[in-house]
Amino acid sequence: MKSYREVFGQLRREGRAALIPFFVIGDPDFETSLGVVKAAVDAGADVLELGIAFSDPIADGPTIQKAGIRAMRAGMTVARALEFIGRVKAYKDVPIGLLMYYNLVYQYGVERFCVNAHAAGVNSILVADLSIDDADEVAGPARKAGLDTVFMVTPNTAEQRMTRIAAATTGFVYTVSVLGVTGSRDELSGQVEGLVGRLKRLTDVPVCVGFGISRPEHAVAVARAGADGVIIGSKVVSMIEQNLGAPGAMKEAITGFLGDIRVALGG
Amino acid sequence: MKNRGRFGDFGGFYVPEVLIPVLEELEAAFYRYYEDPRFVAALGLLLRDYAGRPSPLYHAKRLSEHVGFQVYLKREDCLHGGAHKVNNTLGQGLLARYMGKTKLIAETGAGQHGLGTAMVGALLGMETKIFMGVTDIERQSVNVHKMRLHGAQVIGVEGGTGTLKDAINDALRYWTGHVTDTFYLFGSACGPHPYPTIVRHFQSCIGAEARRQCLEQCGRLPDTVVACVGGGSNAIGMFSGFLADEGVKLVGVEAGGRSLAQGRHAATLVAGRVGVLHGAKAYLLQDEEGQVHETESVSAGLDYPAVGPEHCYLKDTGRAQYVAAGDEAVLDAFEALAKLEGILPALESSHALAYVMGLKGRLDGDAIVVVNLSGRGDKDVGIVEKCRRDNLGQA
Ligand SMILES: Cc1ncc(COP(=O)(O)O)c(C=O)c1O
Repeated sequence: MKSYREVFGQLRREGRAALIPFFVIGDPDFETSLGVVKAAVDAGADVLELGIAFSDPIADGPTIQKAGIRAMRAGMTVARALEFIGRVKAYKDVPIGLLMYYNLVYQYGVERFCVNAHAAGVNSILVADLSIDDADEVAGPARKAGLDTVFMVTPNTAEQRMTRIAAATTGFVYTVSVLGVTGSRDELSGQVEGLVGRLKRLTDVPVCVGFGISRPEHAVAVARAGADGVIIGSKVVSMIEQNLGAPGAMKEAITGFLGDIRVALGG
Repeated sequence: MKNRGRFGDFGGFYVPEVLIPVLEELEAAFYRYYEDPRFVAALGLLLRDYAGRPSPLYHAKRLSEHVGFQVYLKREDCLHGGAHKVNNTLGQGLLARYMGKTKLIAETGAGQHGLGTAMVGALLGMETKIFMGVTDIERQSVNVHKMRLHGAQVIGVEGGTGTLKDAINDALRYWTGHVTDTFYLFGSACGPHPYPTIVRHFQSCIGAEARRQCLEQCGRLPDTVVACVGGGSNAIGMFSGFLADEGVKLVGVEAGGRSLAQGRHAATLVAGRVGVLHGAKAYLLQDEEGQVHETESVSAGLDYPAVGPEHCYLKDTGRAQYVAAGDEAVLDAFEALAKLEGILPALESSHALAYVMGLKGRLDGDAIVVVNLSGRGDKDVGIVEKCRRDNLGQA
C-alpha cells in the first residue's frame, strides 16, 4: 500500500502540490459514488479524503450536510463504507484519508475500527471532533493498527499549540483556511499564506490546506504559499448535487474540474 | 484542557479544533470572574431586581392532600421570563460583557432559553441571534414573538426534526465562523466543557435557596427532590444544593414521550447508551452504529437525545435516580396543578409533577417532596388544548 511519505516525497521532488478531492462515501448512492471516486482518481487525484456520513456533522456546512443525508438515505453504514474503500483501493493504490466524527468510531470500538480501517486500505484517520487534547483516545490504537494520524490547524491556533499538533501528526497537517465550517467560498481566505508559512517553519510533516477552496487560482495560491496538498471538498460535492440522476454528467463535471486544477498545479 | 470538565469519564470537549481556543478563553474568563466581588455583586443585583430572586418555595396544600404527602414547589415559574433559564442567561450575559464580546447567540427548544437570552441581549444592549428548529418555532410561537419583541433575530433551523439538537448544530456551526466577537450563550448543563460547569454554577442558586427555605419552613431537609431533565440545567441547579445531603433522594424525570420505543421519546438516561454528541461524552439516544436517533416529546424543552455529563455521572454512581414520564401522564399533571393550585406549569416541569403524582399514596403523610417548578405553562396552553382535541390523552 502506497504511503503518504512516498506520495508526498515524490510530489516534492516534482515540485507539485497534491490534488486531494473530498467525497462523502456513498453520495448519492454506493455505485454512483464509487464511479465518481474512480473517475476522480483517473482525473489525477493524488490522495483521496473520504468521509463517513454522521447524523450531526457540526463541522460541515450545508453542501456536505446534504451529501451525508443522501448517503445515509441510500443505506450507507460504517461497514459498507469500509467495503467501499476496499473497492477504491482495488481499483488503484491511492492513499486514502478518512474523515469522521468521533461517535461512529467510539461505538464501533476504537481499536477494532482502526484495525478494520487499515485492513480496508485506509492510510489515515482524522476525527473532526477530537482535538489533540483527547487524541490519545484514537492516536494510540491508530498507530498500532498502522494508520497515520491527521489533525487540524485553524487560523486561531496559537503557535505553541501548532507545534503540539504537528508533533502528534504523522500523516499531514490539515490546515483549515478559514474560521468556519466547510463550504465553497468565492475568495480565498487572506489568512492562508501566513498560516502555511508558520506551519512550514515548525514542521516537516506535509501541510495540506482545505475548506473553501473552489477555483484553480485558489489552488495555485495555496501551492505557492508552500502547501504540500490542496483539499477540495464542498466544490466537488456540489457537482454531485447539481447532477443527481445524471451520473455521466456528474463524472464529466467533476473530472473536468479536477483536471483543470491539476493543470493549474502544474501537472 | 485535558481532564478538566470531566465527571467521571463523562463530559470533556469533543469539538473541532477551531473551537478549542474559544472554549479555553471562556473557561479562563469564567474562573477569573465567577467569584470576583464586582461580578458577583452585579449579578446578585440583577438576579434580585431584574429576575425576581429568591423565588418562593410554596407548600402546595391541595396537591399535598391529593397525593397524601407534603409537596413543596420551587417557584422558578415566578421569575421574569417565566423559567429558570434567566438565572443562566443573566450570568453568562454578564460574563460575555466582562469578556468584551458584543454579540450573543443561543439555541433554544421551548423558546424559554431563547427568550431568556433575548431579554438579556436587550438589557445589555447586545445583538442577539437565536437558533430554533422549525418544528419548535411552530409549537412555541408565543416565545418566538416575545424574542422578536426584545430585538432578537430568530433563525429557523430546517435540519433533522427541526428541534433542539438541530438548533445546537447550527448554533455551533455559526459560532465556528464568528468566534472573535460572538459569545455562545449555551442554554443547558450539557455541551462541551466548560458549559456544564458554568451553567451548573449559575443555576445553583435554585438548590441553595430551596435547601435554606425548606429548613426555614419545615425545620428539616426534604426526603426527596424532583426535577425534570432535558439537557439538565434546572435539575443540576436544584440537585447541587443537596448533593452532600446523603439522606435526600434525588430524582430526575425525563421525557417518556409516546412510548419508550425508539424515536418516540427523549429519555436519554433511562434508555440511552454512552456516546459523544455536541462536545461531550454522555448518555445518548442512538442506533447501533452511533447515528443519533430522532426524539419525540410533547415538551419542546426536553426533546433532546443527549444529556448533561454530570447527570450521567450521578446516575452511574447511584447518587441520583432517573425515570421517565410519558406524554399522557404529563398532560394530566399539567391540568391537575392548574385545577388544584391555580398554577399553570410548563410542560417540561409537568414531567416532574407527573412523577410526584405517580407516588400518590406511596409515601408517609409527613414525607417532604420538593419539586422544581422550572417554568410557567402559558406557552403550552395551545399545545395542551390541541393534544386534548386530538385525543392523545384521556381528557
Ligand atoms: C421550563 C423549562 N424547564 C426545563 C427545561 C429543560 O431544560 P433543562 O433540562 O436544561 O432544565 C426547559 C427548556 O427549555 C424549560 O423551558
